[in-house]
Amino acid sequence: MEIAQEELLTIVPETKKIKEVSGSVALLEGLVAEGVDTIFGYPGGAIMPIYDALYDYKEKLNHILVRHEQGGIHAGQGYARSSGKVGVVFATSGPGATNLITGLADAQIDSTPLVCITGQVFAHLLGTDAFQETDVINITTPVTKWNYQVTDANEIPEVMAKAFHIAKSGRPGPVLIDITKNAQIQKFNFEGYVKSNHIRSYRPKPIVRNEYIEQAAELINQAKKPFVIWGQGVILGKAEKEFQAFIEKGNLPAAWTILGVGAIPTDHELNVGMLGMHGNYGPNVLTNECDVLIAIGMRFDDRVTGRLDKYAKQAKIIHLDIDPAEIDKNVQTTVPVWGDCKETLPLLTKLIEEKKHTEWLQKFKEYQQKEVKAVIDAELNPTAGEMTMGEVINQLNILTQGEAIIVTDVGQHQMVACRYAKFNKTRSNVTSGGLGTMGFALPAAIGAKFGAQDRTVVAIAGDGGFQMTIQELGTIMQCGIDVKILVLNNRFLGMVRQWQELFNERRYSFVDIQSPDFVKVASAYGIDGKCISEREELQNALKEMLEHKGSYLLEVMVTKENNVFPMVPQGCSVSEIRLK
Amino acid sequence: MDIKKAQAASSLSFGEGRAEAKQEYNITVYTENQIGLLNRIAIIFTRRKINIESLNTSPSEIDSIHRFDIVLTETEDVVRKLARQIEKQVEVLKVYYHTNDEIIWQEMALYKVPTDTIAEKVLVERLLREHGARAVVIRKDYTVFETTGHRTETDNLLYALQPFGLIEFVRSARIAIIKSSEGFNRKLREFEQLEPGQEVSENEFLSKRDKVFTM
Repeated sequence: MEIAQEELLTIVPETKKIKEVSGSVALLEGLVAEGVDTIFGYPGGAIMPIYDALYDYKEKLNHILVRHEQGGIHAGQGYARSSGKVGVVFATSGPGATNLITGLADAQIDSTPLVCITGQVFAHLLGTDAFQETDVINITTPVTKWNYQVTDANEIPEVMAKAFHIAKSGRPGPVLIDITKNAQIQKFNFEGYVKSNHIRSYRPKPIVRNEYIEQAAELINQAKKPFVIWGQGVILGKAEKEFQAFIEKGNLPAAWTILGVGAIPTDHELNVGMLGMHGNYGPNVLTNECDVLIAIGMRFDDRVTGRLDKYAKQAKIIHLDIDPAEIDKNVQTTVPVWGDCKETLPLLTKLIEEKKHTEWLQKFKEYQQKEVKAVIDAELNPTAGEMTMGEVINQLNILTQGEAIIVTDVGQHQMVACRYAKFNKTRSNVTSGGLGTMGFALPAAIGAKFGAQDRTVVAIAGDGGFQMTIQELGTIMQCGIDVKILVLNNRFLGMVRQWQELFNERRYSFVDIQSPDFVKVASAYGIDGKCISEREELQNALKEMLEHKGSYLLEVMVTKENNVFPMVPQGCSVSEIRLK
Repeated sequence: MDIKKAQAASSLSFGEGRAEAKQEYNITVYTENQIGLLNRIAIIFTRRKINIESLNTSPSEIDSIHRFDIVLTETEDVVRKLARQIEKQVEVLKVYYHTNDEIIWQEMALYKVPTDTIAEKVLVERLLREHGARAVVIRKDYTVFETTGHRTETDNLLYALQPFGLIEFVRSARIAIIKSSEGFNRKLREFEQLEPGQEVSENEFLSKRDKVFTM
């Protein structure tokens, strides 16, 4: 009997038994209750009480020591993007917190759910220019969905619950909680952690209006040339199946933004390719020929629309979005469908008629063939000269069969990777889309691997961006995670060079970048690697990288002055897309 | 393609089919009483380089709910986008915007003038009477008058008092009553429910859409 009773006691959640605990312990209990398993962080003076408490939570919370807070937050982003969970990041006050800013801005513009915890000086020192004091709340306000400064431990359970609720609900985004050192130390009567599902001033989902669904369905049913463009909203809303059912019922050609890629497989017959500045030929040109444009979970970024006053002017526009502020922000909609697309898409699918659209779909194929002839063939299957970025991605596709998670940096290689990488599964492409953060790939790949440990993760970076966060090789070394690093080295800051070539009369101003021997650098961190420059070596080298036990760096020397085409030059309409 | 020209052209296309002229708008914001929220709202304007002409923030008729009254001169298209961005903030409950025709508004002004000139000059007394000003404080050395009204009205007394040795002047931000408003009490109850009624996420399009979109 006695034993049975003891067993009963242990079933009682940890949180209920604890009475007097420190703010730090309450915080960590909150993380455990929210299902957090991984934290990316870097300690420092003002967050020491939390790290001290963390010492006893090693079993429940896997803390990854990064080499720089920016690396930490990008890892958090990668984790969130590959897993669909909230990324958690720790940093100390002052410089620790300011090093998070780039990642916060990146997560804000790409709607990535994060909860960042920063230490802060003691409450009585606020505003005194104390050591490592920065006004973190005000600095981070423009780049967070929500932020809050805690100065009393009693607030911690409720604030943490709010933080997670806000970060992941509605249109997700980064939340930052700044906790003064006294609140971390302070003991208080902890009555347990209650998750939040309602904040009265916060409406994460607009109410679905049937009027709009009906109007949208009627427009689609009348359309002769309907065209679907989708973004990350489909993935964030976990509405991939609903989306596929929708386009399949209406036989609607669908093109993606670079954050939306992978929501349906690359090879799906209705997937007509990539939108925007370096997107595919057909989707761009035909945007200005369709009669109904159905935008789903995307925000008409200028890189997607090109010149706005010449964007899809002939079309009626249906915009499905969870964020009412996105409706009519850049493009005037005919029918706004406010709501979570996981709910609105099935309603719409029910009302649309089964159609063939054979001729219209054929048009996309024709443009595709033109693009293959003019651009893609030479990029993917060159027979002479130096290697191209495209052929590296193409060979990688053959080996991974579209099963890998591809994490890219920013620049030419990013456009090439997004254009040509094959994806069979959702949450397979992790890239810095809105902010365009160089240095994103390596740390984000580390995070992505932690978020999806059973999948192969390949970080693809250029020689420029790789050097921006190269210190995170140290993180890989210490935590022993398996990340494949593919550096496409063209010995230039390629995208800027391309623009200088095209628009600044080849005045190559500070784009000629020197790099260290990356293989040696990796080797110094205990990571095996290889550098190749010959086409014949490519397939085997990629195979060796993928089959290697543990992390591996493969540097591929590619053509120095290759341009990414097609291209919609800035200030031009999507239909003025250039093939060369 | 001239990039600058293209960009100018594309920015013109924003308010297509809408009233393009700039005019005074009054944005009313109901919020939680939270430190930092003023900054969060202010940066929505500063990020777009839009000037706030007048800003009043004070507790509303409901305990714990604050009300912002913001005045700016912009096109309706810009104001609508600003309103949506403000409403998107976690601690903002509701945002409305109105033209001057749709509100009753007042500003308050205080004028400090030397008492001796008031006492000596009959003209001043008449001036104050005409402007409906009221003395708040009368001291040996100075007197403080108060008046409320539209900007032009408080301005008129200001110009009139300048020649009589006006020492100091201050004017409050605009506060406004919305003609069509039923207050916020009933709304707040809806916000407090887990499943809100249709009122909470009002959609200004719904009634107007017929005009824009017909099948």
